[in-house]
Amino acid sequence: MSTIVPLDAEPDNARLPRPEATPPEDPRLRRRNLLGRLDVKLSPYLYVSPFFIIFAIVGLFPLVYTAYVSMHDWHLLGGQGEFVGLQNYVDVVQQPRFMTALRNTFSIFLLSSVPQVLMAIVIAAVLDANLRAKTFWRMGVLLPYVVAPVAVALIFSKLFGDQAGLFNALLDIIGVDPVRWHADPLSSHIAIATMVNFRWTGYNTLIFLAAMQAVPRDLYEAAVIDGAGRLRQFVSVTVPMLRPTIIFIVITSTIGGLQIFDEPRMYDQLGQGGADRQWMTITMFLYELGWGAQKSFGRASAVAWILFLIIVAIGMINFAITRRIASSGQPTKKRGGAR
Amino acid sequence: MTTSVPMIRQTAGAGAARAAARKRGLTGGVNRRPGWVTYVVLGLVLAISAYPIYYAFLLASSDAGTIAQNPIPSLIPQGNLFENLERVVTSDIKFWPAVLNSLIVAVITSVSVVFFATLSGFAFAKLRFRGRRALLIFVIATMAVPTQLGVVPLFIVMSKLEWTGKLVAVIVPGMVTAFGVFWMTQYLEEALPFELIEAARVDGCSMIRTFWNVALPAARPAAAMLALFTFVGSWTSFFWPFIVLGGANPTLPVALQLLQASYFKDYSLIMAGVVAATVPLVVVFIVAGRQLVSGIMQGAVKG
Repeated sequence: MSTIVPLDAEPDNARLPRPEATPPEDPRLRRRNLLGRLDVKLSPYLYVSPFFIIFAIVGLFPLVYTAYVSMHDWHLLGGQGEFVGLQNYVDVVQQPRFMTALRNTFSIFLLSSVPQVLMAIVIAAVLDANLRAKTFWRMGVLLPYVVAPVAVALIFSKLFGDQAGLFNALLDIIGVDPVRWHADPLSSHIAIATMVNFRWTGYNTLIFLAAMQAVPRDLYEAAVIDGAGRLRQFVSVTVPMLRPTIIFIVITSTIGGLQIFDEPRMYDQLGQGGADRQWMTITMFLYELGWGAQKSFGRASAVAWILFLIIVAIGMINFAITRRIASSGQPTKKRGGAR
Repeated sequence: MTTSVPMIRQTAGAGAARAAARKRGLTGGVNRRPGWVTYVVLGLVLAISAYPIYYAFLLASSDAGTIAQNPIPSLIPQGNLFENLERVVTSDIKFWPAVLNSLIVAVITSVSVVFFATLSGFAFAKLRFRGRRALLIFVIATMAVPTQLGVVPLFIVMSKLEWTGKLVAVIVPGMVTAFGVFWMTQYLEEALPFELIEAARVDGCSMIRTFWNVALPAARPAAAMLALFTFVGSWTSFFWPFIVLGGANPTLPVALQLLQASYFKDYSLIMAGVVAATVPLVVVFIVAGRQLVSGIMQGAVKG
């Protein structure tokens, strides 16, 4: 019985005698008792084990083993070759495509994550009102989430068509020259970032909305009494209170955003990231090295490890920056609320 | 603060009255009904959310010639939808096998994730064992690990097992997720009273029977949401199925990639494929969108 006391309670006094507790002479019952104790002791470990087994096999081991593969000649079909040390890393970094891919990935990442978080906060603030048909509007912002990234990419690659795309046609109506959404690097990054934003803004909006609704309403009342308008309430009360949520979303979008593959892969039918690789991302580069013409698992692994380290580093920087930005609003609120 | 407002009103006289008036008037109380501007903004957001999907539908019901001539499609769908869908089905992208594959993978992973996550969640939330806290923190920390970067060794493992090209290679890595474990732990901590477990134990239930008869029923609402999210995630995932399955035995997103590669000039055909791949999830969304919304919002409040 000790297993079911609340976590904070003392464990030792909880071993209550079982209703069927018996004199220890009867061997059959004693065995049953022992089995019961084993059941209590071992079951928790058994129950949590599937996650750890699966994660060890398909998550942790591959990630660690990537480092091993990256230091060998390793062919997709030929398998493991000689140990080459850091040669794969040198080869990869020296390829101009690596720097292109790095640039593209960061560009797309910034163009998607920053506007996305800002838009999500603003839309959440609009939704955080006493609306009619609340659920309808909430479902409305979430609708894009059920469209697969591959499908989103197919739709937007047509919307952003260089020749007969909808956006260029609309630009033409207002007298703007057509944008080369595929040929021009920055424009292609904007197009791909738009796909990411399309699918994920609503999702993040709902996360922000939930966090906003958890803000104690009396903070707003205090701000109102202090004469804060709606904008001031938003800046000085809502945003500081969203700090943990902002950190959470920035970190998750960093992990996902830097690994982006589906949308740029599907932005044209060739899937190489454009003629000059102008929208090829690091994960696409990884794929090209491993499963493209080179079939070099060693180099692909080197790229994977480099990206892994970048993600860890960026994650930490993100964390530090978001902490600072989000906390800078805090003192204002405290001063305002204390009066 | 709720108590201090009437207090101010009683003692501070005119100043507080002004503040109260301001609160009712200009800035509005917290529960004020928003004005029409809010609805216009939301309508715009909704239009942006919905139009690209409708656009796919418009193109899917058109034909290649019309699409080439008119970059801005008319808002009224034309009559070629079923003809285009039929061309998708009869093209050489193995459409029906892809649908079946996607369905098999999504259903099996959803059931499996829900089962294992609830089992783990039950243990983490309600059972006492050495290392519980550390293991739970480890689970949460793994959510920040970019496991996609382990594709190369994972592919090597799958090749060794001769699983490449087989659905099992997609199913097994998705059988239980850190998010699911975390989610069910959070839910069961609050939703499952210790008294119920004690009662079951006193009645002589073994641990696994207690799980099956007490924890699993109590977990049902959260389990349904987890199943929903897992299903959507599985149905839309591309990178790993694309690598390990390829075109020989595709899931739907992989089939869409094949469709694009072979028929890139015919957007009515490609969009028909997009529509065919998206409709099932839109149906799921219409039926269970409410649960998706509250699932995201609950996860956010607790996480």
